[in-house]
Amino acid sequence: MFELIGVPPQALFAQLLLGLINGAFYSLLSLGLAVIFGLMNVINFAHGAQYMMGAFCAWMLLNYLGVPYWGALVLSPLVIGLFGILLERVLISRLYDVDHLYGLLLTFGLALIIEGLFRKQYGSSGLPYANPIPGGANLGFMFLPWYRAWVVAFSLFVCLGTWFVVEKTQLGSYLRAATERPELVQAFGINVPRMITLTYGFGVGLAALGGVLAAPIYSVNPVMGANLIIVVFAVVVIGGMGSIMGSIVTGFGLGVIEGFTKVFYPEASNTVIFVIMAVVLMVRPQGLYGTPR
Amino acid sequence: MVEAQLAVRDLHGWYGESHVLHGMSFDVYAGEVVTLLGRNGAGKTSTMRAVMGMLPKRQGSVHFEGKELIRLKSDRIARQGLAYCPEERGIFASLNVRENLVLPPKVKDGGLSIEQIYVLFPNLKERGNSQGTKLSGGEQQMLAIARILRTGAKLLLLDEPTEGLAPVIVQQIGNTIRKLREQGFTILLVEQNFRFAGTVADRHYVVEHGKVVDMIPNSAIERNGEKLKSYLGV
Amino acid sequence: MSMSRNWRTLGIAAMVLLGLGAPLVIYPVFLMNVLCFALFACAFNLLIGYVGLLSFGHAMFFGFASYLCAHGVKEWGWDPLVGIAAGTAVAVALGVIAGAIAIRRQGIYFAMVTLALAQMVYFFCLQARFTGGEDGIQGVPRRHILGLLDIANDLILYYVVLVIFAAGFLLVYRTIHSPFGQVLKAIRENETRAMSLGYAVDRFKLIAFVLSAGLSGLAGATKAIVFQLASLTDVSWQMSGEVVLMTLLGGMGTIFGPVIGAALIVSMQNYLASLDEWVVVIQGVIFVAAVLLFRRGIVGETIVLLARRCQRQAAGLEGSIVVESAALDRRLTSVAP
Repeated sequence: MFELIGVPPQALFAQLLLGLINGAFYSLLSLGLAVIFGLMNVINFAHGAQYMMGAFCAWMLLNYLGVPYWGALVLSPLVIGLFGILLERVLISRLYDVDHLYGLLLTFGLALIIEGLFRKQYGSSGLPYANPIPGGANLGFMFLPWYRAWVVAFSLFVCLGTWFVVEKTQLGSYLRAATERPELVQAFGINVPRMITLTYGFGVGLAALGGVLAAPIYSVNPVMGANLIIVVFAVVVIGGMGSIMGSIVTGFGLGVIEGFTKVFYPEASNTVIFVIMAVVLMVRPQGLYGTPR
Repeated sequence: MVEAQLAVRDLHGWYGESHVLHGMSFDVYAGEVVTLLGRNGAGKTSTMRAVMGMLPKRQGSVHFEGKELIRLKSDRIARQGLAYCPEERGIFASLNVRENLVLPPKVKDGGLSIEQIYVLFPNLKERGNSQGTKLSGGEQQMLAIARILRTGAKLLLLDEPTEGLAPVIVQQIGNTIRKLREQGFTILLVEQNFRFAGTVADRHYVVEHGKVVDMIPNSAIERNGEKLKSYLGV
Repeated sequence: MSMSRNWRTLGIAAMVLLGLGAPLVIYPVFLMNVLCFALFACAFNLLIGYVGLLSFGHAMFFGFASYLCAHGVKEWGWDPLVGIAAGTAVAVALGVIAGAIAIRRQGIYFAMVTLALAQMVYFFCLQARFTGGEDGIQGVPRRHILGLLDIANDLILYYVVLVIFAAGFLLVYRTIHSPFGQVLKAIRENETRAMSLGYAVDRFKLIAFVLSAGLSGLAGATKAIVFQLASLTDVSWQMSGEVVLMTLLGGMGTIFGPVIGAALIVSMQNYLASLDEWVVVIQGVIFVAAVLLFRRGIVGETIVLLARRCQRQAAGLEGSIVVESAALDRRLTSVAP
């Protein structure tokens, strides 16, 4: 077998796959953040907690109600999305007239509450969730576990589906227009407050979907979202939240870069995304796909 | 006596703490073109925004086809059959021309079809895939008017459609407004340019300090030229 | 103006008396903990309250300074004061770097950028050899200060910490009330206008950021001496969140708010320590309640309440606190994109 700069190709491809998996979660989460931010100007700090809730919801559905993975894949985003809608209606919607930083502080508080409650109930050691599609294929140069291939493919499908809806449909044009001038869109006869609520629910649902996908890979853990969300923030700063496609590309791209860093310089694998963020800020403060304002 | 399509009585409005409308009252009858004339800051745009429910705080009465609108949210108001074309045109940069055109949802039957709109504004057809804000100022204004014709709204609120446009474009817009009048639309127009207003409107309300101070039928506009000049400060 | 100054003098006098007399009735280590966090919160408040920048990564200065101080004192035999000074200096240096990057974005992005930079420092501390990884640096000796002051005695150390706190607090106070502080407020109110008036807005922001970072480092390094410990907790995002909470609870943009907020949160953690997970939940609840119910914080809301009462009593006599707090309210409640 050939070697690449002293690294066995198995390790390289394994990390590439891992990078794509992480990239899938970065994309799903940053996409939700970007859609929510675009319409509400709120950075949803509870996004990581909602991702964790998605994973837990799948675990509970399986262990308390016997609903299998494929059922949870639909139900969990719905349940957690509804929870998001409730949060938006009861709490977040009170803050639209004040400085956007308060939205950040409120959702940070919500994240603390949610994560604290789950830790109280389930401890922080993590719960196992069985792989719904065990096995895989030996591709010769690497072993490809079916489930991981499914996660990458399905996330990509969901991301591109979201892109299509936002960029190419009438509903998406309402969304884009309301991002620019909500009061005018409302004066055309569109119920913008309801659209905001549903958009928040959708973004939260995307996070929960990420959680369900993650459950069989990582253990289901109350703190699984807390550290992820900070990386996703960096991803969002790098991408710039200006475009949906930008979020997707940045998410997958950074996942892959992180994966390769694990191969070539493992000490930096935790920090490489933050370093890239710092560099991007120096060169292009608005982010790769952002528009200056 | 015919009842007015739009009857505004003692309309007050506020932006935050500042009280901008101090009891506007006026009528617009079905099929009329009526202007609100006045200087900058007189409260013309605020009146339109208040009618459309876009002012955060408002009081008084806005009757449209016999229905009270003052307490409705702006999306509900639009659904009664009013459509608003804002002063800065409000063309969305993230939408292409066609998307901008079909953005406002249909609220009533009887709106123009896309084909009819393209007959009125042939330029828009060619530019369908361009980004909305890449159009020239005149084209953007056409687009802003065109998109509210599809919705089936009977009353159009046009806020200074001629602002900042070349004379030849202003003429085109005048033609468009007259055609729309022939097709049965009612139009409430905000203007500072009373010469232009005189070429399209039936009646003129003069607005000062958030109040209607005078009403001049178009037939009397020549006789009242001096008075209007002093109202408008030209 | 005179009325608000009277209140401030009264507040400072009360704080001095309280500071001097408190260890007679309260456990000094607890008090030192309060003072360290109060200084940390005051440093943080300088940014959010007076420049309008919400940093979500201030733990990087607090925690990193505490590591450096602990390491220097324990491994290299530094005098505690040298350790504290070195911790502060390294926080200043870190502040220059982080500040130069972070001030390139505003508002929500600024918060995310500082959070991410702090996470980078966290991972550095987790992996670097000198920090002791998960264990942190334990058993930092309380050496005599300058060979004279025996700070192994909690009471003596308490007064040293009190002096450090007072120095830091006064520096913040002087900064806010200096011409420099006026420019900061102008930037907070309207950045574009400040820029058009010819102020190098970015430089002012950076100086304020570095000052805030340095004082946070001072607080963190001092805490390392008090608890003879530097750990990952102090450099984690939870710590960044805690200082935000203290300041929000006490009152952003008020002089005494951060001190009161810090005292309350530290007390709560102390008395509820046995409830472990619930502490985090309660903190979250305080966040939500503060944001929804009393955005100006305890001190800010009290000022407004008192000012309204004064206004009613002496109509027409408007105290500058009313104006100041109303101005802050406007900025923090009406900035549109």
